[in-house]
Amino acid sequence: MEQLINANIRITPFQVSVNGRTEYQAENFITFAEFIKPFFKSLNLGYPKFYKMDSLSKLGFMAAELMLRQIDLTRYDNNRVGVVLSNSSSSLDTDLAHQQSIQDRSQYFPSPSVFVYTLPNIMIGEISIRHRLKGENAMLISERFDSRLLFTYVNNLFREKKVDVCLTGWVELLNEQFDAFLMAVEPSTATFSGETSGALPFSPETMDELYKTT
Amino acid sequence: MEELIEKLKKEVIEQLNLEDISPEDIDTDSPLFGEGLGLDSIDALELIVLLEKNYGLKIEDPKDGKKIFHSIRTMAEYITEHQKA
Repeated sequence: MEQLINANIRITPFQVSVNGRTEYQAENFITFAEFIKPFFKSLNLGYPKFYKMDSLSKLGFMAAELMLRQIDLTRYDNNRVGVVLSNSSSSLDTDLAHQQSIQDRSQYFPSPSVFVYTLPNIMIGEISIRHRLKGENAMLISERFDSRLLFTYVNNLFREKKVDVCLTGWVELLNEQFDAFLMAVEPSTATFSGETSGALPFSPETMDELYKTT
Repeated sequence: MEELIEKLKKEVIEQLNLEDISPEDIDTDSPLFGEGLGLDSIDALELIVLLEKNYGLKIEDPKDGKKIFHSIRTMAEYITEHQKA
């Protein structure tokens, strides 16, 4: 059975698009924190834990939040919803913040809430907690967005019948530079529940094309 | 004591990133954990760091934490008592 990309989300400085359509835009050049907070508030989620997350998790969380509004998760078993993400800098942005807090031996106060984010798969954990996802997940590291790597991994999950739907893509953040590109991959039998242009074949070529044009 | 309580409320908000919560929203005697502010185990560790960093107080026995961090008032009482010592 073939899979389809039924929705895609892109978050770049400082624009958010859903299926290629701009959904949110910041007018002036601002920091990531100044960008993500009003964007989060605009969704009225009432989820205070968001403020405690590190920047990478906030970025992935928001991308997933928009994505999971595009597909009807209720038709799936939570144990069979996969999340496979990738990036280049892993959790380096937070690793550096943690390292800075232990740099000075006389002011040695590492923050536990910073330390817990010094692994990139914590981002997947935050998304999974929020949406109660308990399926297969993986955080892959590659130098740049690698459609073939993601395709191979996700395609295998479907082929091995480990997932019924999979959220996959790229969530990169380091030193105020950030880029998130998520796709929802569903079997071709699933009815598209989004508003806009329909599904696209799940292939490295389609992923590259979407990544270039969104 | 009242001055310390107000200071502590501000510090807790800042240290724990309690967005959209002001010092007035925190009841001095209400439990910090559980229903109230929705704090978790990582927040408990952050409060231990707060006491050490801002007041030079190290909690030697983790079992004392439950009593010390019950509320803002119990934290203030612990600080007052141990800073004098």
